[in-house]
Amino acid sequence: MLIEALIAVTLASAFAVFLAPDKIAGKLAFALSLIPVVGSLWMYSTFEATGNALTQGGSLAFEENFQWVVAGPYSLNWHVGLDGISMPLVVLTTILTTLALLASWTPIQERQSQFYGLMLFLEASLLGVFSALDFFLWFVFWEMVLVPMYVLIGVWGGPRRKYAAIKMFVYTNIASLVMFIGFVALVFGLGDSVTTFDLPAVAQALRGGQLQGLGPIGAETLKVVAFFAMFAGFAVKVPVVPFHTWLPDAHVEAPTPVSIMLAGVLLKMGTYALLRFNFTMLPQTAADYAPLIATFAVVSVIYGAMLALAQSDLKRIVAYSSVSSMGYVILGLVAYTMYGMGGATFQMVAHGLISGLMFMAVGVIYNTTHTRMVSDMSGMASKMPFTVAVFVAGAFGYMGLPLMAGFAGELFIFLGAFSAETLGTAAPLFTSAAMFGIVIVAGYLLYAMQRTLFGPFELETDYEVGPAAFHDVAPLVVLVLLVILLGVDPNIFYTMIQDAVSPLVPAAGGGL
Amino acid sequence: MATQLPNWMALAPTLVLAATALVLLLIDSIDPDSSSRGLLAGTATIGSLAAVGFAVWFLIAGTGEEPISLYGDALVVDTMALFFAFVFASVTAMVSVASYDYLRDHSYQGEYYALVTLAATGMTLMAAANSLAVVFVSLELASLPSYALVAILKKNRGSVEAGLKYFLIGALSSSIMVYGISLVYGVTGSMILSDVASAAGGTELTGVLGIGVLMILGGFAFKTASVPFHFWAPEAYEGAPAPISAFLSSASKAAGFAVAFRVFTVAFPASQLANVDWVLAAQILAVVTMTLGNFAAATQDKVKRMLAYSSIGHAGYALIALASLSGGNDSFVLGAGMAHLLVYGFMNTGAFLFIALTEYWSVGRNFEDFNGLSEQAPFACGVMTLFMFNLAGLPVGGGFMSKYFLFGAAVDAGFWWLAALGAINSALSLYYYSRVVKAMWIEEPSGDLDIESKPVGLYAALATAALVTVLLLPGFGPVWEYATQAASALVA
Repeated sequence: MLIEALIAVTLASAFAVFLAPDKIAGKLAFALSLIPVVGSLWMYSTFEATGNALTQGGSLAFEENFQWVVAGPYSLNWHVGLDGISMPLVVLTTILTTLALLASWTPIQERQSQFYGLMLFLEASLLGVFSALDFFLWFVFWEMVLVPMYVLIGVWGGPRRKYAAIKMFVYTNIASLVMFIGFVALVFGLGDSVTTFDLPAVAQALRGGQLQGLGPIGAETLKVVAFFAMFAGFAVKVPVVPFHTWLPDAHVEAPTPVSIMLAGVLLKMGTYALLRFNFTMLPQTAADYAPLIATFAVVSVIYGAMLALAQSDLKRIVAYSSVSSMGYVILGLVAYTMYGMGGATFQMVAHGLISGLMFMAVGVIYNTTHTRMVSDMSGMASKMPFTVAVFVAGAFGYMGLPLMAGFAGELFIFLGAFSAETLGTAAPLFTSAAMFGIVIVAGYLLYAMQRTLFGPFELETDYEVGPAAFHDVAPLVVLVLLVILLGVDPNIFYTMIQDAVSPLVPAAGGGL
Repeated sequence: MATQLPNWMALAPTLVLAATALVLLLIDSIDPDSSSRGLLAGTATIGSLAAVGFAVWFLIAGTGEEPISLYGDALVVDTMALFFAFVFASVTAMVSVASYDYLRDHSYQGEYYALVTLAATGMTLMAAANSLAVVFVSLELASLPSYALVAILKKNRGSVEAGLKYFLIGALSSSIMVYGISLVYGVTGSMILSDVASAAGGTELTGVLGIGVLMILGGFAFKTASVPFHFWAPEAYEGAPAPISAFLSSASKAAGFAVAFRVFTVAFPASQLANVDWVLAAQILAVVTMTLGNFAAATQDKVKRMLAYSSIGHAGYALIALASLSGGNDSFVLGAGMAHLLVYGFMNTGAFLFIALTEYWSVGRNFEDFNGLSEQAPFACGVMTLFMFNLAGLPVGGGFMSKYFLFGAAVDAGFWWLAALGAINSALSLYYYSRVVKAMWIEEPSGDLDIESKPVGLYAALATAALVTVLLLPGFGPVWEYATQAASALVA
């Protein structure tokens, strides 16, 4: 019942904070959010799962399975459980939410109880997404994420917040619909062999080749159509170029804490779902179209990085860099090697921490200077040295410096992709093209830092600039420590990830 | 259970509601000028809650699993009758609680509550009607109080006009329907639904029978606010006091569907009436109703009117249940329709009760008037957001489940195009529902509206509707079970 308790406590906290007076809402939300943090860490420490949640063999941690609705031949279940892929993401969600709440104290000054309530509601939905193992349950949480996000961006965002909120809502909601149709078509295509929306059951039936086709549509066609329906749905969430245009708008308009959640956790929903649905359930189709998907991935890496290079808004730079980084994750997934898939999963966590860190640092600078324009700033290091130091540390993490989390993730991905059989002889080509992205990443980050952080102090703003408050910097420090911790000892998560990923990888006996 | 209680006790929900109406009239006749809102609203609420209690008790105890026939088969109490009695009585209870605040300073309070409970009595009878005569009488018992209720704001031109329009169209469709009944009686020689079915199967007068069936369908289309008998609905819902709009658009509509489900499956089963293709008529009705309702809703400027049109759209979704009969898995389809009506009963009532709250605060009626309302009343706007997303079919409550099951059932029955049109309409509806959300949360407040009062009754009713709507997501299982059980008894 631990997962249920975790979600229930978070939901109850959200409700309590929503009703609390504005004055105490921020502190109350922070205090209450520590419960899921402790809970998830405790779950991590007692985690004893083996294998992958969707393939046979092994056992899941904290698994619960009740019948929910029986509809004719079909049944829906309340089925939750964690494996090595979802456990790290659950921990990431709880920790990042708490830090984002702490980072909200300064920028969020109006309608606080509503803001904090929605943030906790968002956390509960995200926890549900990463732990649900029944398609309906999962979809409920998946869509539930949109509601608080829509309001969070729309109310507390920047000048063009209405446009950004609606764009985000419409884009991702249509994507969900496309994905929904794709998946449901698959389940109906399985005929009588599967009469449930239970993800493990569907995955095993699909991997076992029991797809029969749907009416006039043959099994092979259905596979491809459903694969790309789901791929399109998740690609919007990731986001993959050319489905990415909602993201920069959403990021730029969203208030800092929401950007942290968006980049840190929400984008991972896309890659997580790709891994769970496309790459686990239809591995052969994924392998068949690997070069195409890898092309999407590499284009995202390079194009995202180039776009970041061209931005003059600090937050936009970080926003586009997410497009780039998530491209690596997709490249790792499509490689179908131990290192590739494991590295991709690891990179989801690493990127969650690092992008959260970057957005938070930009947010802290913005709080004091009230500008994010690179051209307006110069020499911030002399006024707020500590914040800048953390910012630089985060940027190094982003560039993939050794002994930081980004390095481990990217290294694994490149190792995996380089020897990917799915990409054939083109594997080194794809990989080296993607690796070139790192150069651009280093380029835009160093260029931006050089212009804003270093040099003589100059600032076009009417505000007094000084060191940031303790509660603004504290979450940054925690994130830097976590990034370093994961970089020094990737095994904190990597062993459990490996364990859950290995059944998917052909060389390990998973079979395509 | 049936051995311990006399058979007529199965009608307990109906009887309790009728008795409540009489008690209310009694209170009013003892003290006609009574201004004790608490006494009147309290009596109505307790009465309807007692009816809810009986319905739940009987459902759980299994009364009606073996249908209980009463009064020479004119009434039948089965799972479906109890299922819908639960819906009607719950809506009545919420409406009564909410009216406590809404009717402050209004006259005719005693009459108001008495009419509401009388209409509810008629609705529970509609769900149990097993004879065309009872169908007509109970339909009138539900309709006549509704006409008066719509027009009860005597000094409000909109209300009176709406009442008149509702009454005229109602009288017209009643006469159409009763003429249809007379034709069917002429062909089959019986009023009892099952006898009608057996006589209709072998008749040679299919032409007359067909006209009769279509005319009856027209009567139901009026009650459920389906195209082409929907013209009264936007006017009536907009002009009526908002709690009455909630009552009409949820309970009254569900009652229309309840009786339609029973009449068309028991008296005119599609399998036996090969010559009278009312399923096709229902399909056309469903498509036109949901499309027209949704498109009209998308173009409205007033929130209450938008909800009125969206309610027409929802009638179209529920019609899918009738339209997909004969597809092979009738109990699945019909059960989905019933489950949807139950969920709809709560989410739609909640939405209209929120409008009641804004009318109580004298917030304007346009979308712009709702701008920034969440700053003043975050809780109320929060639950309204919940209702809106639920009505649109986002999975934040039971609305998603019931809609999905309805569409899924239609696909399963082979009517994938109905489900596809429903899904497209549903996607479209997100546009106008989210307009309300956008106005409340995202837009800047336009006026200098200052809300100080928090009416307890309206808030309690809203909170109840919201709670049930949310709980129907995890608790959809039992609802589904009862709904399909009730449906399989009808189509078996």
